[in-house]
Amino acid sequence: MAAPVILDTYFKRTVLGALGLLKGMSVTLGYFFRPSRILTEQYPENRKTLKLHPAFRGEVIMPHDENGDHKCTGCTLCEKACPNATISVLNTKNIAGKKVLGKYIYRIDQCTLCGLCIEACPFDAIHMGNGFEHARTQRDGFDLILNKKEGRG
Amino acid sequence: MEMVKRPLPAGFQKVSGDDNTEEYFINMGPQHPATHGVLRLVLRLDGETVRECVPHLGYIHRGIEKQAESETYLQYVHLTDRMDYLTSHMNNHSVCMAIEKAVGIGVPDRAEYIRVMVLELNRISSHLMMFGCFGGDLGAQTALLYGFKEREVITDIFDELCGARLTMNYFRPGGVANDIPDTFIARVKKVIVDVERTLEEFDRLITGNVIIQERSRGIGILTREDAIAYGCTGCVLRASGVPYDLRKDDPYSIYDRLDFDVPTKQNGDSFDRYVIHIDEIRQSIRILQQCIEQIPEGPYRSKEKPSYRLPAGSYYAATETAKGIFGTYVVAEKGDKPWRIHSRSPNFANLSPIGKMVKGHMIADVVTVITTLDILIPDIDR
Repeated sequence: MAAPVILDTYFKRTVLGALGLLKGMSVTLGYFFRPSRILTEQYPENRKTLKLHPAFRGEVIMPHDENGDHKCTGCTLCEKACPNATISVLNTKNIAGKKVLGKYIYRIDQCTLCGLCIEACPFDAIHMGNGFEHARTQRDGFDLILNKKEGRG
Repeated sequence: MEMVKRPLPAGFQKVSGDDNTEEYFINMGPQHPATHGVLRLVLRLDGETVRECVPHLGYIHRGIEKQAESETYLQYVHLTDRMDYLTSHMNNHSVCMAIEKAVGIGVPDRAEYIRVMVLELNRISSHLMMFGCFGGDLGAQTALLYGFKEREVITDIFDELCGARLTMNYFRPGGVANDIPDTFIARVKKVIVDVERTLEEFDRLITGNVIIQERSRGIGILTREDAIAYGCTGCVLRASGVPYDLRKDDPYSIYDRLDFDVPTKQNGDSFDRYVIHIDEIRQSIRILQQCIEQIPEGPYRSKEKPSYRLPAGSYYAATETAKGIFGTYVVAEKGDKPWRIHSRSPNFANLSPIGKMVKGHMIADVVTVITTLDILIPDIDR
């Protein structure tokens, strides 16, 4: 007779299926008792305590010392290394007639944060900063000038 | 009532002469969450049964290969991150290997070990993502979160290593961009322990689950012959019973020094394609353990150059990514820019047999097949 066979397999499959589900639910339930394995970051509530790795590539920055000087010589190696024309180095001449950096333009909306400019720089003048909140409500304001004073350095 | 004969959409051939039933077409995608990106599948349906399925591509074409012609070789490496972004280290490796082959740059031993460790971590993270999506697409949202949870730890290691979580740009011709931080080995050891425990959880949560088994066993069978004929590689090929892995059959880097197996399954259905990913994670852990023991001291990169000039000619290098074989074909003329670069992407070949695989199944099974093929659309369109 076919009916008992179908019933048998149906019953067996239901029991086995329920057991499999319970087994899976035991895994899920385990997380209630082991909250140490939860990795969720409560951003932006934890903005003050948020720590990023020092190597994190968020934006290009030009560190200045206490006198307001930077190490950039305006050699344009970073400009050549950049794949997307993100960086423009505009040079001027100082009073002595020597070529110095005028404006270091960094267009952050074009930047893919590949880090090739940092590797190309022989003077260690630019670094990758950790800032990552670049969202704006206006389209302008993405062209940053990284050097603080024109014609120094 | 007379039926109105409508013209068939592009890509379809008329199959049946039966005028009593009307077959109809629906678009699955391009904005469908289960197609893993902007993939558009045109389905010819009879009720809920799929009669024919034609994938349409091109919704995320960015012209990376064309853009490569105006960028130097060093700049091109970071563009390959954006193809298959889950396996960006492996794409970078393929480009770097082609350049090394052309210019004749050797790679220091330590760099090779760093590379292999990073590659295997990348493979694990990609497979964990596949596991998560497999569960999520089949209705087990918990699995999606668990897959991402473990992947997060590996992503954080990459963040500390090279400063990015997804678009790494870490490999350079002749080595890697920077040496590993002091915490790297300890963190990898911790990941091995964590992932092993998670795999055990996965088996309890998903592999043994009756709903998952009913929905994936016998669904979307790809025969051995078809898999070879369509050029499938990676897990898709190995689930159909072909033990072909580039790491074993044409060893690059230091894979010939390492001891690991190539897991193979025979049925070629969706369940096998899922299980093989879990088996591969276990093999990747074996490779990582060996690398941790063997990693030598020394330089992480051979002599750096601001730009690489390839001698005129054509060069090809291929790697086994988490998805299959990723190849880079470079045609070089004089100068520091390529004349043409073509990428052989594994996802394109893995997607192509989908019409054959879903024929006769239900619409819900199309989702199962897509997720177990483990395709990524940005890699198909490039």
